[in-house]
Amino acid sequence: MGLLSDPRRRRALSRLVLRLNTPLCILSYLAGLGWFLGLASPPFTLRTYMSENAMGSTMVEEQFALGERALSYAREFAGHKKKVGGIPVAWLEKTMWNLGLEVYKQPFSRTLPFPDETRERYMVKGTNVYGILRAPRAASTESLVLSVPCSPGQHNSQAVGLMLALAAYFRGQIYWAKDIIFLVNEHDLIGMEAWLEAYHNVNITEVHSSGVLGRAGAIQAAMALELSSDVITSFDVAVEGLNGQLPNLDLVNLFYAFCQKNRLLCTLQGKLQHTDWDTLPAYLHSLQTLLLMVLKQGSGRPQGAHGLFLRYHVEAITVRGINSFRQYKYDMSIVGKTLEGMFRKLNNLLERLHQSYFFYLLPSLARFVSIGVYMPAFGCLVLSLVLKALDLWMKLSKCDAGPEEQLCDGQQGAAEAVAEESRPGLLTLVPPLLICHATGLTLYFLPVLGQHVATQHFPVSEAEAVVLTVIAISVAGLALPHNTHRVLTGSRSERGWMTLKLLSLLYLAMQLGCIALINFSLGFLLAVTMVPVAAIVQPNGPKFLYAVLLVLVSPAVTLLLCIILYQELIEYPVSALECWQLFLQAVSEGLLDHYLYGSIVFPFIALFVYPCWLLFWNVLFWK
Amino acid sequence: MAAPLVLGILVAVTVRAVLYRSSLAGFISERVEVASPLNAWKRVVEGLALLDLGVSPYSGDVFHETPLIIYLFHFLIEYSELVFMITDVLTAVALYLAVQDFNKVVFKKQKLLIELDRYAADVAELIRTPMEMHYIPLKVALVYLLNPYTVMSCVAKSTCAINNTIIAFFFLATIKGSTLLSAIFLALATYQALYPLTLFAPALLYLLQRQFIPVKLKSKGFWLYTMQYATLYLGSLVVIVCLSFFLLNSWDFIPAVYGFILSVPDLTPNIGLFWYFFAEMFEHFSLFFVCVFQINAFFYTIPLAIKLKEHPIFFLFIQLAIISIFKSYPTVGDVALYMAFLPLWSHLYRFLRNIFILSCVLIVCSLLFPVLWHLWIYAGSANSNFYYAITLTFNVGQILLISDYFYAFLRRQYYLTHGLHLTRKDGTEAMLVLK
Repeated sequence: MGLLSDPRRRRALSRLVLRLNTPLCILSYLAGLGWFLGLASPPFTLRTYMSENAMGSTMVEEQFALGERALSYAREFAGHKKKVGGIPVAWLEKTMWNLGLEVYKQPFSRTLPFPDETRERYMVKGTNVYGILRAPRAASTESLVLSVPCSPGQHNSQAVGLMLALAAYFRGQIYWAKDIIFLVNEHDLIGMEAWLEAYHNVNITEVHSSGVLGRAGAIQAAMALELSSDVITSFDVAVEGLNGQLPNLDLVNLFYAFCQKNRLLCTLQGKLQHTDWDTLPAYLHSLQTLLLMVLKQGSGRPQGAHGLFLRYHVEAITVRGINSFRQYKYDMSIVGKTLEGMFRKLNNLLERLHQSYFFYLLPSLARFVSIGVYMPAFGCLVLSLVLKALDLWMKLSKCDAGPEEQLCDGQQGAAEAVAEESRPGLLTLVPPLLICHATGLTLYFLPVLGQHVATQHFPVSEAEAVVLTVIAISVAGLALPHNTHRVLTGSRSERGWMTLKLLSLLYLAMQLGCIALINFSLGFLLAVTMVPVAAIVQPNGPKFLYAVLLVLVSPAVTLLLCIILYQELIEYPVSALECWQLFLQAVSEGLLDHYLYGSIVFPFIALFVYPCWLLFWNVLFWK
Repeated sequence: MAAPLVLGILVAVTVRAVLYRSSLAGFISERVEVASPLNAWKRVVEGLALLDLGVSPYSGDVFHETPLIIYLFHFLIEYSELVFMITDVLTAVALYLAVQDFNKVVFKKQKLLIELDRYAADVAELIRTPMEMHYIPLKVALVYLLNPYTVMSCVAKSTCAINNTIIAFFFLATIKGSTLLSAIFLALATYQALYPLTLFAPALLYLLQRQFIPVKLKSKGFWLYTMQYATLYLGSLVVIVCLSFFLLNSWDFIPAVYGFILSVPDLTPNIGLFWYFFAEMFEHFSLFFVCVFQINAFFYTIPLAIKLKEHPIFFLFIQLAIISIFKSYPTVGDVALYMAFLPLWSHLYRFLRNIFILSCVLIVCSLLFPVLWHLWIYAGSANSNFYYAITLTFNVGQILLISDYFYAFLRRQYYLTHGLHLTRKDGTEAMLVLK
């Protein structure tokens, strides 16, 4: 308290903040940005290590040798699938039964809020089939899950084959202490969500299902497998789950350890790992990997079937087999051995995975950045908002104290007017706040509620109607200040916009702070774009320039920019038209993620970020 | 003047009625920040069910409210939502009337002191005017009614709202100078939550001041009046406790309510300081530390009573804040009560130092509570340390806020008697520094 209550030091401090405000803001923004860019380099990253004792030291030799059998299962499954034209429930049930598993099926149905055009589905009906391998040594209180999505077409039948072969092999072993659930789910994530909800006996989304009959205790860990060719060249691991949640780092470590043991090539975000760490190309490479992770995590989408497990406190990863033009190919036996090893280690767990990190960023599989290291980058970005707010606050309170001091840089007359109407100042802020949030509510509710009206009056399909309504409302928000300034009376002063800006800055800082704790990447992406423009926007000055900048950082344009960056990073650049297509698709998928799985990105943007952005727009056009 | 109050009440009641009907009601009533083990509605319902079955409501260690509350809701369970809305409105009206009266007293006292020429010459800008004091009662009432904390605790049907009403009525009775009613309401408040017994000191000081009895340990009138007030207070407390005994025909409620408050056996996280410490502590030491923690809530009364002898209502405000910070099961409803008093001290605004930072800290913490709770309990990625860090920040913020107000109050008093432009011995301008 000494520093803050001694008036002399205090005055010096406040003078510092006032005089050096702009340089300090710029400095803290650049520091935040620099810190983030530095995250991919060695001093910030730590080597990954296994924290969990139970999985660390035990040495086992994997003996899975049913690679050929896996492939024959895969061919048989593909044949039956083609014949049935969906998931071959009867064949799966029979095969699993013959392997000695307890087999259950779970029919489910879900009507989407609007048709999903990229996957061509609206009224979804499907069946999940799963078999439980009861552990001979335990009382079915804990279980592990191996899940395989059964997607349409030739996709993924090898994964089903490998899963069945693993089940056959696991059945013969005596060391299992946890039940193992082998799950084949239809309609990828929708089926997964239906199964998880039924297994945990909750109903969060509007999935209708018959409920599950067989349970195997609390799920300790899960793995989703995707495999579409007979041989693979590398493994890719996906960690980002719903709302940017991540599995415990130990699970990723486990995967990496077994890949190394079996000399399998493994990739993260589709990128290979560099072994050297000090060279510039290596740094750029890991920065790209890191950025890809940030973009994927920020989208809040589950990057695989594992993403939905995380919400139920189940640590899970998705493992994808990739077949590219490399020389060394690995057959099913090696892949099977890797999975076998992982399951045996997970089987040794004495308690849930909790030792290692839950908040991390991965610039490569061998290195990670923990929350304590990456949070300062975000903190610096938000600090510049707070500094700006402090500056405004001091100017405002000086205006209060004595208008003759000319600190609110207006003319004498204006300053006197300020002093006169100092009290009703807060009331004039109510209309913009209300109108902006009402627009946000419209943006959230109208697209889905109004789709049928839109399709009747315009020549568009439902999905197009929803996306176009979202865009139309966001654009319509730009016209708002011209309507609100008439509602406001007596706001012809510096004070009005300064108070509104102060409020908006704090509002933005709080939003970003809260979301960064839940989903760091989303918070960081929004902060990087919105913070500088939010700090400089004001009604006097180059208005046109400010308007352009503000539009550039609006949530919609940020999404567009993120898509372009993403395409650049995966080395698959797109033309403007394709980019627009991707943008429309991203909007509709964002909405679907929210309605189908409960992703919070769309409501957060619509109800909080967008209204806050509109407040800045109001500041810019304050009259 | 009454019209805006009625309008405010209508808005407040509408907001509450809408929230009761929305899906948020369930979510809010589960929040640990709003409902503590003492006052959660779920527990009251459980107690009622036990009572209806003919079992003591205190068997089973779920119910910890007082017998009077359970009998109140025994008759009013059907109208519980209405009861909570009415208690909130009553609190606001009581605060409104009390502050209106208090303002008159303050103004009279100020006039008297000016006439007696007690103030320094250049303090004209510190003198309070009827103009600025006119809206204060309305502001106090509205701040209480529309404070999100109050709204949430009403929607969660936390019985903390009833405690607040009792304290507001105690405040009103004290301001009006009614010794008997003040003692009765203080006894009720003590009976409800135990901690308000520290409000005895400010109430006594105010009543003495009102009767122009000097606070001197040697004067006979002082002791006579103190004994009279204390007897009334203790007498009504005994009557209420005995009434509770006859209602339930057992003394079960003493350990279940007061034992529960004092020994802090339930370590469910809340916005207070107790739970984390005692969850971490070895059982062996917990008795000692419970005493240390509990003393905090009571101890500050003595130095404050000495320092703020002349300003009992400010003392009352500080004491309320201290209770809501240091009590064993605090909820946001307690915070809302002392926050309603803040407009009463709006003349201290120019002396406040960190009000901007502190209000930001309090708002940010209130937002982070549910976020970190989600990360800890639902996502499983954070842990209790994250939540406790925010609890700690919230309480430090409250403490700094209160000390800021306290210091500002003392500074204003000093300026009033010594003049606004202080000079050192050598003639240069001097400053007041808190060390």
